[in-house]
Amino acid sequence: MEKRLLMGNEAIAWGAVEAGVAVAAAYPGTPSSEVVETLAHLAPEYGFHAEWSVNEKVALEVASGAAYTGARALAAMKQVGLNVAADPLMSLAYIGIKGGLVLVVADDPGPHSSQTEQDTRKFAAFAKLPVFDPSSPQEAKEMVKAAFVLSEEFHLPVILRPTTRTAHMAQDVAMETANLPTRDYRFEKDPKWVIFPSLSYKKHILLNQAQKDLAEKFSHSPFNHLVLNPESSEGIVASGVSYNYVMEACETLSIHPSILKIGTPYPLPSQPVLDLFAHCARILVVEEQEPVVEDQLIQMAWKEEAKIEVSGKQDGRVPREGELNVDKVIAIIKAFLRQREPKDLAQPPHARVQSILGTMETTEAASAVEAAHEHSFELPPLPLRTPVLCAGCPHRASFYAFKEVGRRQDAVFTGDIGCYTLGTIPPLDMLDTCLCMGAGVTQAIGMSKVEPGRKHVAFIGDSTFFHSGIPGMINAVYNQADITIVILDNRTTAMTGHQPHPGLERTATGPNPKPIDIQGIVKACGVEFVREVDPYDLKAMKEAAREAMAYKGTAVVIAKRECVALVKPEVKYVVDPKTCTGCELCLKKLGCPAMAKDKTLVVIQDNCSGCGVCAQVCPQNAVREVSLR
Amino acid sequence: MKLDIVIAGVGGQGSVLASRVLAQAGMAAGWEVRTTETIGMAQREGSVVSHVRIGSQLYGALVPDQQADILFGLELAETARALMKLKPGGVIIANQGKVVPASVSLGLSVYAEEPIRESLCRTTKRVMLVDADALAMEAGSSKTVNVVLLGVLSALAGLPFRRDDLLQVILESVPKKAVAMNQEAFERGRKIGVTFHDRK
Repeated sequence: MEKRLLMGNEAIAWGAVEAGVAVAAAYPGTPSSEVVETLAHLAPEYGFHAEWSVNEKVALEVASGAAYTGARALAAMKQVGLNVAADPLMSLAYIGIKGGLVLVVADDPGPHSSQTEQDTRKFAAFAKLPVFDPSSPQEAKEMVKAAFVLSEEFHLPVILRPTTRTAHMAQDVAMETANLPTRDYRFEKDPKWVIFPSLSYKKHILLNQAQKDLAEKFSHSPFNHLVLNPESSEGIVASGVSYNYVMEACETLSIHPSILKIGTPYPLPSQPVLDLFAHCARILVVEEQEPVVEDQLIQMAWKEEAKIEVSGKQDGRVPREGELNVDKVIAIIKAFLRQREPKDLAQPPHARVQSILGTMETTEAASAVEAAHEHSFELPPLPLRTPVLCAGCPHRASFYAFKEVGRRQDAVFTGDIGCYTLGTIPPLDMLDTCLCMGAGVTQAIGMSKVEPGRKHVAFIGDSTFFHSGIPGMINAVYNQADITIVILDNRTTAMTGHQPHPGLERTATGPNPKPIDIQGIVKACGVEFVREVDPYDLKAMKEAAREAMAYKGTAVVIAKRECVALVKPEVKYVVDPKTCTGCELCLKKLGCPAMAKDKTLVVIQDNCSGCGVCAQVCPQNAVREVSLR
Repeated sequence: MKLDIVIAGVGGQGSVLASRVLAQAGMAAGWEVRTTETIGMAQREGSVVSHVRIGSQLYGALVPDQQADILFGLELAETARALMKLKPGGVIIANQGKVVPASVSLGLSVYAEEPIRESLCRTTKRVMLVDADALAMEAGSSKTVNVVLLGVLSALAGLPFRRDDLLQVILESVPKKAVAMNQEAFERGRKIGVTFHDRK
């Protein structure tokens, strides 16, 4: 069988292709973006529709519409995207679907690039929908296919929840035959598709009944497996990617407890858990984020009156915050093994471990690991390398212009989600807030209503504007908010890997003949003050900032300049050492990563992208343009 | 067999490409592979650590602390930042070139080059510090730093893949017009690697 090196998200995409997916929709968000990125790439060849939707709610609704006709459909998003898509999801659980509907929601314990560490498995339980938790790209691919089958069997959407470490792990993955969608789908009219309260009540009964059937079904799922060690009275339960850490930790510690791997954390499969109860006196549950498996297991133990000691998050053994790894799990298991019943503790440690685990060398192995981890490196101070806006990023120029204009006015700068959130980092120190997609505009409205004398400026990216900024802008106009909205239009969804949006001349899979003009939308929504400026032209940008902030009412400035990562520089800039006085104004005001100090003078490094903003900031005119042609 | 490699660098230096080609070379030799990255928020300029595991009976992709057989550094300070991953007696292959972050120019932190070098040399005897920036420029582009260092790595004894397979995977992974340049970068790195090897 052919094997390919696939990232988890690529494997999920291939799983969908092997399952014959007909429609795939997503709004990009780390760590989920590569699912539909890959599907968009494969769509023309395999004859299905893939799209970047304007937001996650739209994506899920598009996918569900396709599923109503009997087609297999997939929607993908990051965990906070599911908050946006919660409305259709909750109702879909009641109404159900016809063709398989798989919702891929990538969680981000850590978090590496998210506002929250929310656990989608918990969301699945709240929506009463089954969820798969893959431990590897290979398993993720198999789970996607199983999820489509399950979805059609139960007429319910099924959630696949990879975490960052599965979504962004690459592995040798076995490829199977792709299946093309059949194309003979048809929506059959039926009152069952209309969610009236009377229907909801009936559907709710069915949904509740399905919980038991799903748990029973999952008892025989190949994604849950129990390896019992009859010699040991201790067991470890691990969900998703934590299984990898548990296995490697047990290998390192040379211990052999019974191990239950959980691939379907909700509803928890009953049979393997009961089998584990029958063999164990103590159980450790290792999972990231919330105690989803643990809480269900405790419920089950109580119901079965099983005399089991359960350790995990509820007793503080396993952290609820951050990502797990092998090192953390080794420490967790060691602490779990140390804390036994008082009668066990009376035995010498060697015998105790032997009696419970039926294996030896545990204590030696454990102490060796401990000793290794106690060794510390003496490191010199290392340079701070916080993420910064790229050299030549147009957002830097926009922020600088508004800072210069707004600094004497005590203005508030609300922010949003995207690369430009980095505007909060020194020396720019812009962006006083960042909450969630679209909130920059709407929070500025709220502030403006109670701080009437103050200027409120909201920054929002172009893709975020299409995602959820437009309703906020309409709200500002309708409720006569005295705010300035700055649309940082860098002609892409930069942060998640440069996906297109409705304002651009391309879609996920081809050309977009009718790009939507942002300025046209702004005007159509009733905004009377609109300026479109190139942020690289600092003078014009400052002028627009000044006018917009002086304007009474909702003003919009569109700072339009393509993301620097998408263009090849034609010029670069150099500092003339004869003219430079070493005042460092450019460095201190802009914090551009292309600029560095060389003894007393400033130098511009190779990563200069030729934006020329520093040349406009230099009071000595010491920065000169050089052609690269 | 299990080989754990941790790659440390700065966004834009090609650490992801390096991790992928090492994994693909491992796959070509019939091993299981895992790779993953820890990337900060930014597209560029942030610290990036990639993990590569090649072997049999593998689980997760994250290399535990003090278990990396090879610490592969594309940037000097980033190599030191990942030192806790290196196993006792492990190999460091690193670029001695620096990418000085804006925080240093702004006076928010320092880049203590000499102490950082010393810390690498103090940690293990098997340190190969290479002027990969210069070698990459000689090969034709500063963008080939990662391939120069892969060339250095290819001279190590006991790797679980053949040097030619690694080179072939690299050449298949780069744009067509950059093939000759990358081959040159790899060869320059390999020659330096061999001299380190001879010295031992």
